[in-house]
Amino acid sequence: MGRRLRWRRFVSNFMLAMTGVCAGVSVLVLFLILGYLLFNGGTSINWDFFTKLPKPVGETGGGMSNAIVGSGKILLLASLFGVPIGFLGGIYLAEFSGKGTASVVRYAADLLNGVPSIVIGIFAYSLVVLPFKHFSALAGAFALGMMMIPITLRSTEEFLKSVPRMLREGAMALGASKWKTIATVIVPAAYRGILTAILLALARVAGETAPLLFTAFGNRYESHGFSQPTATLPVMIYTYAVSPYEDWHRQAWAAGLVLLGLILIINILARTILSRGIAVPRS
Amino acid sequence: MQASTKPELSVNIVTNVTTPAARETAAALPMRMTVSKVNFYYGTKQILFDINMGIADKRVTALIGPSGCGKSTLLRTLNRMHETVNTSRLEGEILLDSQNILAQDVTALRRRVGMVFQRPNPFPKSIFDNIAYGPRINGYKGSLADIVEKSLRNAALWEEVKDHLHKSAYELSGGQQQRLCIARALAVDPEVLLMDEPCSALDPISTAKIEELMVELKNLTTIVIVTHNMQQAARVSDFTAFLLTGQIIEFNPTPLLFTTPGDPRTEAYITGRFG
Repeated sequence: MGRRLRWRRFVSNFMLAMTGVCAGVSVLVLFLILGYLLFNGGTSINWDFFTKLPKPVGETGGGMSNAIVGSGKILLLASLFGVPIGFLGGIYLAEFSGKGTASVVRYAADLLNGVPSIVIGIFAYSLVVLPFKHFSALAGAFALGMMMIPITLRSTEEFLKSVPRMLREGAMALGASKWKTIATVIVPAAYRGILTAILLALARVAGETAPLLFTAFGNRYESHGFSQPTATLPVMIYTYAVSPYEDWHRQAWAAGLVLLGLILIINILARTILSRGIAVPRS
Repeated sequence: MQASTKPELSVNIVTNVTTPAARETAAALPMRMTVSKVNFYYGTKQILFDINMGIADKRVTALIGPSGCGKSTLLRTLNRMHETVNTSRLEGEILLDSQNILAQDVTALRRRVGMVFQRPNPFPKSIFDNIAYGPRINGYKGSLADIVEKSLRNAALWEEVKDHLHKSAYELSGGQQQRLCIARALAVDPEVLLMDEPCSALDPISTAKIEELMVELKNLTTIVIVTHNMQQAARVSDFTAFLLTGQIIEFNPTPLLFTTPGDPRTEAYITGRFG
């Protein structure tokens, strides 16, 4: 009897310890990456990194201003393309479509969300790069924008649906048409959640490398407009990290740190938006 | 399960036990709305059976009855809120100022027949923007500040909120929120105000305030109220309809219905024997 009880206590304590250890490990992974990035990249980050173009092999110094601008440009364009489609599609899904249509669209969006990013890249390559015979920022933005559509669409739908029915009825009882109700009450009540989701989608695609490899391609120099091959941080990291040069490795670490910083900023922004404005109480 | 037993009465024996004297009193009043021969269905389930009643102008009409008797449904047909449910179907005629509301543009109708709901439902906006919402979407051209003040005064809320009109409506107490919703409905100057158990989520003091308000609002508008609370119906209403399983059992001036009910089922209900 006593042995049995001791055995049970042992199993209980052991399992409890295991869950704690695993929880610790998952946090540890993040901090290891962060620390490693800081350790290796921190020393290479200086003002030049943000303002100067890459130097040719052999020369030390130089920066990645072109990749930082390029990433910004492509993300902006991708949002302009992906967010409106996802947002309006989400409104249709939540407010207008019948059950049958909704489930088809929802399923398609979930599938699109699961398509490997490299496949999205090939698709953008054959659709935008081949006809123009040119790698371009536009092609990269097209690929990333496509990845933003399902995330924006599904989260818009979820947040619109979570707006209490009594708010809808309140607006309709004042003589608001369906469109007016959506535009003046439903969307404003859900906008913080939707905006947060869009920012998180942006943060996610900001780090995508595969779809940019053969769409935006890369560039050692500044690219003007949207029709030229464009450098981006993730592709830059890839190129520099696989190179045989010590100095490039250091810059790859620095670029990784900058990219992580960018994503962190977007995340903080999302949280700030969530904590501001008037929240609809859950009922 | 809130629906009571299946109606065994056939459609044509709805008893509107209105005494001749009471009928005369009622007939002398101008009617704002008239409901005639209304049958209502959700899908294949019939909810209302051959409803006939008049809504007297500038009076409070109460609908009482046990849960699931169809009183809320009846209320919601008066501004066609029932249409938000796809499977609903309405037969019969509902007149507002002698015009059939079923043939009108629904948004125009709802501006004329406002509604206050069971639970306060302010929009996630400031107090000011909540009240200004109706006038704004209806393209009101005059001063919004004036209309906001007037509506808040009419809802007896002005003194409490006048110094923080730009705070979130959710910072108000439940009772204040409900008066805010009344003010919001009043801002579009409705001819009829429908109230669906407006006090069921409120404490007794807030309830008393809203009841007091209803009596005052009779000067401005016509009120139809659904209530679970029979004392409330007795206190605030001029006419009361008692519904049971989707039928009007009795529709009479309130004092009459509560003192000398004309139907044994009414008496059983108001004396608390069921419901």
